[in-house]
Amino acid sequence: MKHRMAHAMFAGAWLVSACVMAQPIRLGELNSYKQFPSFLDPYRKGMELARDEINAAGGVLGRPLEIVSRDDTGAPGDAVRVAEELVSREKVTLLMGTFASNVGLAVADLAKQRKILFIAAEPLTDKIVWDNGNDYTFRLRASTYMQTAMLVPEAAKLGKKRWAIVYPNYEYGQSATTAFKAQMIARAPAGIEFVEQAVPLGKIEAGSVVQALVDAKPDAIFSSLFGPDLARFVREGELRGLFKDRPVFNLLGGEPEYLDPLKDEAPVGWWVTGYPWYAIDTPAHKRFLSAYQARFNDYPRLGSVVGYATVKTAAAAIARAGSTDSAKLVAAMRDLDVDTPFGRVRYRAIDHQSTMGAYVGRTAVKDGKGVMTDWRYADGKDYLPSDDTVRRLRAAH
Amino acid sequence: MTLASFASQLLNGLASASSMFLVAAGLTLIFGVTRIVNFAHGSMAMLGAYIASAIVATHIGGAMSFWIALAGALAAGALLGVLLERGVVARLYAAPEMLQLTATFGVLLVARDAALALFGAEDRLGPRVPGLAGSVDLGSFVVPQYDLFLLAVGPLVLVALTWLVARTRFGMMMRACAENRQVAAGLGVDPVRLSIAVFALGSALAALAGALALPREPATLAMDLPIVADAFVVTVMGGLGSIPGAFIAAVVIGVVKALCIGLGSVDVGSMTIAFPKLTLAAEFVVMAIVLAVRPQGLLGRQIDMPASTLLAQQRAFVPPLARRDLLLALLIVVLLAALPSIADEYAQVLATEILLAALFAASLQLLLGTGGITSFGHAAHFGIGAYATALCAKAALPFGLAIGAGAVAGAASAAIIGAFCVRLSGVYLAMLTLAFAQIAWSVVFQWDSVTGGSNGLVGIWPPEALASRPHFYAFAATLVVVAFAALVAIAHGPFGRTLRATRDSRLRAAAVGIDVARTQWLAFVIAGAFAGLAGAVFAFSKGSLSPETLAIPKSVDALVIVLLGGINAWFGPIIGAAVFTWLQDSLARTFPYWRAALGVFIVALVLLFPQGIAGVGRWRRRVE
Repeated sequence: MKHRMAHAMFAGAWLVSACVMAQPIRLGELNSYKQFPSFLDPYRKGMELARDEINAAGGVLGRPLEIVSRDDTGAPGDAVRVAEELVSREKVTLLMGTFASNVGLAVADLAKQRKILFIAAEPLTDKIVWDNGNDYTFRLRASTYMQTAMLVPEAAKLGKKRWAIVYPNYEYGQSATTAFKAQMIARAPAGIEFVEQAVPLGKIEAGSVVQALVDAKPDAIFSSLFGPDLARFVREGELRGLFKDRPVFNLLGGEPEYLDPLKDEAPVGWWVTGYPWYAIDTPAHKRFLSAYQARFNDYPRLGSVVGYATVKTAAAAIARAGSTDSAKLVAAMRDLDVDTPFGRVRYRAIDHQSTMGAYVGRTAVKDGKGVMTDWRYADGKDYLPSDDTVRRLRAAH
Repeated sequence: MTLASFASQLLNGLASASSMFLVAAGLTLIFGVTRIVNFAHGSMAMLGAYIASAIVATHIGGAMSFWIALAGALAAGALLGVLLERGVVARLYAAPEMLQLTATFGVLLVARDAALALFGAEDRLGPRVPGLAGSVDLGSFVVPQYDLFLLAVGPLVLVALTWLVARTRFGMMMRACAENRQVAAGLGVDPVRLSIAVFALGSALAALAGALALPREPATLAMDLPIVADAFVVTVMGGLGSIPGAFIAAVVIGVVKALCIGLGSVDVGSMTIAFPKLTLAAEFVVMAIVLAVRPQGLLGRQIDMPASTLLAQQRAFVPPLARRDLLLALLIVVLLAALPSIADEYAQVLATEILLAALFAASLQLLLGTGGITSFGHAAHFGIGAYATALCAKAALPFGLAIGAGAVAGAASAAIIGAFCVRLSGVYLAMLTLAFAQIAWSVVFQWDSVTGGSNGLVGIWPPEALASRPHFYAFAATLVVVAFAALVAIAHGPFGRTLRATRDSRLRAAAVGIDVARTQWLAFVIAGAFAGLAGAVFAFSKGSLSPETLAIPKSVDALVIVLLGGINAWFGPIIGAAVFTWLQDSLARTFPYWRAALGVFIVALVLLFPQGIAGVGRWRRRVE
């Protein structure tokens, strides 16, 4: 780990010195590296790969990119301080990164106050582009709403009446639950009903929760659990027969970050959103995959794609603006097209949400590992509410 | 809820209680003998889980690998316990009691990063245990075999520990030491060997609990703090030092949580109560109720701290303010005034943060130092003040009014919490403050329509005139200096002296006509007002606010700052805040393993300056 980091730093230093003629463009990046290392270590690698590819091709506007990266410690208050440091002391051109919704929203608000572009990489909260959306903030990842919408068609098709919903009790889980219920009620038969279990994030009492769900006798299950909570839920659920003859939908469940730790105990036949890196054969992804594996001798996680696409977004915005001026950058971000490993995405002018999608499929176990099968790429642009709805949501702010 | 689901939830609760009990039993043993509030205890459980998962991954011993891993975790836990005692704690027995808390907090930071470096970032799910991998069908419901095994482990450990404490020579020595350390030492009990032994035993129990949990839940880096918080709750609720008490407390909490989940959403009249949501703070609610009824916990006895401890001696020496202090204050003011012309804008942002942390810590110091009242939940007043201010700002009330509302809300929250807490003392009081803070946190966390829930509130910026960094710094620095001066004046004035009298001897204070409870309650209110004021300015300095503002780490930060800076010196919080905030800021920026680095710094500072940085030299001279 340390070795690799030193290696990367050396490579970075070499590249920077090679471009010593031009002043680098400084990108301010902050994320909760110590809080969510399993997602963010690959994310950092993805960023470094994108940066080095861009710099090897001559940089942007003839200048190399430099990423000034900081740990935001995961607390919004600290993140705001870190962002202030990046802006006022490091004089960065733009801000990017963040993981948790509350940190993302806090930094977004600071970006508005300090009038600087902020590319929110990972926060999934719908509010960052809708209720609390502002002129300076754009978001890459498919939101909670969008990813839920990607699962709803299959869920509605089943015609099940009684749904059990289990979710981590904070913004992400709550909005996933709200979105799911609203979209199901709109599509599904009359008399649909929901039983809910809200669990404290990272502290699920899996035995009790599973037992309560078994006792509730649902027809199907919708979960937005991830990480250690998901692992515990899966194991207890198998032991207590919760998943027998019940279709299960799990948001994010196919992301390698959360599927891989389950190894051969990964659930079978669940509908999930995720990232089947081993099976995607588009040219864009193949190129990314081989470059990533060659560089890091490891396979990419979803975090890798997010980090990579975030830096590509920054580069594309600067190139389109032809400048590092904040106002011009913000203007350039509107309807900006960016090539990512998932294909070309567009940052919509209407709500600053990118159309980056997610892969939707069913889980299976292959060679002692959890994988996604029967997957399809769900393009983000197809899973957003109507423009009128979006305008109304943003106007509410 | 049917009878069958009730029964199955009961079993679930009991199985969870077993793990909780093992950790808590270790903590209560360590506390009983050494009086040390050991934050690193949860780290032992975490390391136990990781070590066990690493051993299991080697498949050593085939089908027996899980049991070998348990033994390995047990041994490693004992070894780590000895290392912790010898390396850190042993050097601090003579220091103020709370200082060891700071040191063990530093150890917690180091342990988490060490686990990341050694075991990697991915969560590690242990394998199912051969022979206990399935479940037992009990007709109307099934129970995992492993749960039944866990169900048996708890009572077995309870019996073994009770025998150890009640029937063995070692147990007798432990009881003697718990009763009165000095007298026990005088009678020939070697406190050093005893301390090493209980640290080994306690840590081994925690590591075992972590390893035992592995077939049910993965080892993760973030498990340390929640585990130790739960263990504190169980220990205190059961009564400090009481192992059967800890068992009962663990069972009560385990069962209450399981039943909350089992009840699900229940319609009461026109309202729907979502019981599962209560699990966010269930253990704290239960503890608060228990402590309100039984201030010494379920099976605890009131422990009287002898008045002749080093701490009491040290506390007696609070020198009156002299010209030297005035000069120092002037120097600080001059430095603050000069800052904008000698440093960049970010230095002003950082200085604002340091000043607010200092004011917050100083308000805690009034309780902790002057009043001898340990609060683990001081962030509640800070956070409630901050939220009150933010809500006023959202309602477009004038800026000054919003700031004032913060101070008033902080005082109000302290008035309510303090009213319950002044009836208690020592660690019981500390844990009750923690319980209230956690309850407040869980309300803020879930009251979406008012507090914005887990996202919090955004868009809380000061008026245009103060919006720029230099202007806001000027405002914040002025306000903090004035507030700080007021706080120092209170602490050294008649009220502070009265408060000190209640701290040094409740009985004598009462005898000369001081209303002890009322004085302590007033101290709570004053401290709460200043904490709320700090929170109010904090909200405007960040532009946003989220529930972390009143979470446990925020309370711990304040404790660490007070103890690091020096519990008695009026400028202690300033030094503590400056060192702590600056270290965290610069380490996080430059060093990937910044948590470990911060932890090492904290431990080193505590070992170098056991009286706090501000107290260096002064106290030692006096005692000699």
